[in-house]
Amino acid sequence: MSFPGKQAGEQIHVLERINLDVKEGEFVCIVGPSGCGKSTLLNIIGGFLQQSRGEALVEGQVVKGPDPRRIFVFQENGVFPWLTVLENIGFGLSKKSQEEREKIVAHYIDMVGLNGFENSYPRELSGGMRQRVEIARALAADPHIIYMDEPFGALDFITRMKMRADLVRIWQREKKTILFVTHDIEEAVQLADRVFVMSRRPATIQEDVAIDLPRPRDLDSPGYLEKRDHIFTAMGMSLRVGESGS
Amino acid sequence: MNFESPQTNDPDAPPQAPKYPRAWLKLVLPLSVAGLFLLFWDIAVRISGSDIFPKPMDVARGIVELIQKGLLLKYIVASLFRVTWGFFLAVLVGVPFGLFLGWFKRAYDAFNPMIQIFRPISPIAWIPVAILWFGITDVAPVFLIFLASVFPITVSATAAVQNMQPVYLRAAKNFGLSRMELFRRVIFPSCLPQIITGIRIALGVAWLVVVAAEMIAVNSGLGYLIIDARNAGKRYDLVVAGMVMIGLIGLVLDLLVRRLENFDEVRWGYANR
Repeated sequence: MSFPGKQAGEQIHVLERINLDVKEGEFVCIVGPSGCGKSTLLNIIGGFLQQSRGEALVEGQVVKGPDPRRIFVFQENGVFPWLTVLENIGFGLSKKSQEEREKIVAHYIDMVGLNGFENSYPRELSGGMRQRVEIARALAADPHIIYMDEPFGALDFITRMKMRADLVRIWQREKKTILFVTHDIEEAVQLADRVFVMSRRPATIQEDVAIDLPRPRDLDSPGYLEKRDHIFTAMGMSLRVGESGS
Repeated sequence: MNFESPQTNDPDAPPQAPKYPRAWLKLVLPLSVAGLFLLFWDIAVRISGSDIFPKPMDVARGIVELIQKGLLLKYIVASLFRVTWGFFLAVLVGVPFGLFLGWFKRAYDAFNPMIQIFRPISPIAWIPVAILWFGITDVAPVFLIFLASVFPITVSATAAVQNMQPVYLRAAKNFGLSRMELFRRVIFPSCLPQIITGIRIALGVAWLVVVAAEMIAVNSGLGYLIIDARNAGKRYDLVVAGMVMIGLIGLVLDLLVRRLENFDEVRWGYANR
């Protein structure tokens, strides 16, 4: 798959000629300094924003708007508060029969570990559980690609660690292609097969770092630390807390 | 969960049962305030020496008299009838129109200034026009109630759409929903809590207006009772009796609408109930 794209946001030239080569079933992360436009990029790819110049292509086709073949997982509030967990997860399945829908929903409730909460409303759930609902909803719709825009950004550290582990486990079972945007470099190295490092505005893909480490990722292994440090440096960040970076 | 008795300071004392169950209190507290108010009212009238303004017992006797004459129920039904008609028409017109204005920016720009001009005109000010157009019939108060109710409903429906979280729309469009489905499954449900709030406000206004409208435009109803009781013999006991009935029914109406807020489809929109 390849995605070429060009965009200039108003007077601010935000993105310039982005090309992402992603293989089917790969888990890729996009990292970059804050404000570099990684969310903008994902929104254009997802069809929520229109680029100002040029074309956005996904799987060889022009992006005309949001598409059920590519489901977006948002950082917060993506889950519909007036529907129960069951109804949320089944949201994209309206064209299927009741029986089929129930089966699929049950499968994903189990997969994200929300058994017992089928009839709960999102307000009764914690932030992490709500994100699980959103992930289950995305998976249930059986998309080609799942876009995730800092989905764990609003969660506390421990929940984030657990969600990452669960996401990898789910990805290994479902074998979906995932495009995951994050500002957290460690998260990217913990999760992805490849990490695209974005530059500052006007952003391009500065580097494509392959993370050929075995899963589950060992946070102490020299391989992990080497990759992490490599990206830190590529982004001009110091490995000493307190020393000013560029 | 055990609530410790508020009088115990000793940490080693066993936790005692709460001294006053909450449900009992919910009834006793307001009744006590009401009782005190009645007492105050009674004393105030006695002190003033007035022989026109009724004491609480006079009002109670007045209510009984109205029931015996078969008038109370008849007047209540008349007022409720008018409110129901005017109010439901307002919902039928206001909700779709408000949603429409909220969704289509150009429509909002076009209509909103006129709405903002009409809104502050009190329905009471419309009474002469209503009588001119509809005469002394039931249509005049129904029209006034409609006028009073339609604005809060429209405004809250519009605001609900305009303040909708963009995330919901994006997520819904992501699943490839058609326009109709988008409205039915996402836009309308997400706006419902705010619409219910507008309805609650509108009902309160409607009830206020019906009484005023009846004082001038018709021959039955609680508003009419008040004016008639005064004019035909200075029966202030019946005047105040009418006021009491208006207040009580207003309370009941509000409680009924609040019941609507308990539905799951609406409850999510009100924090921590």
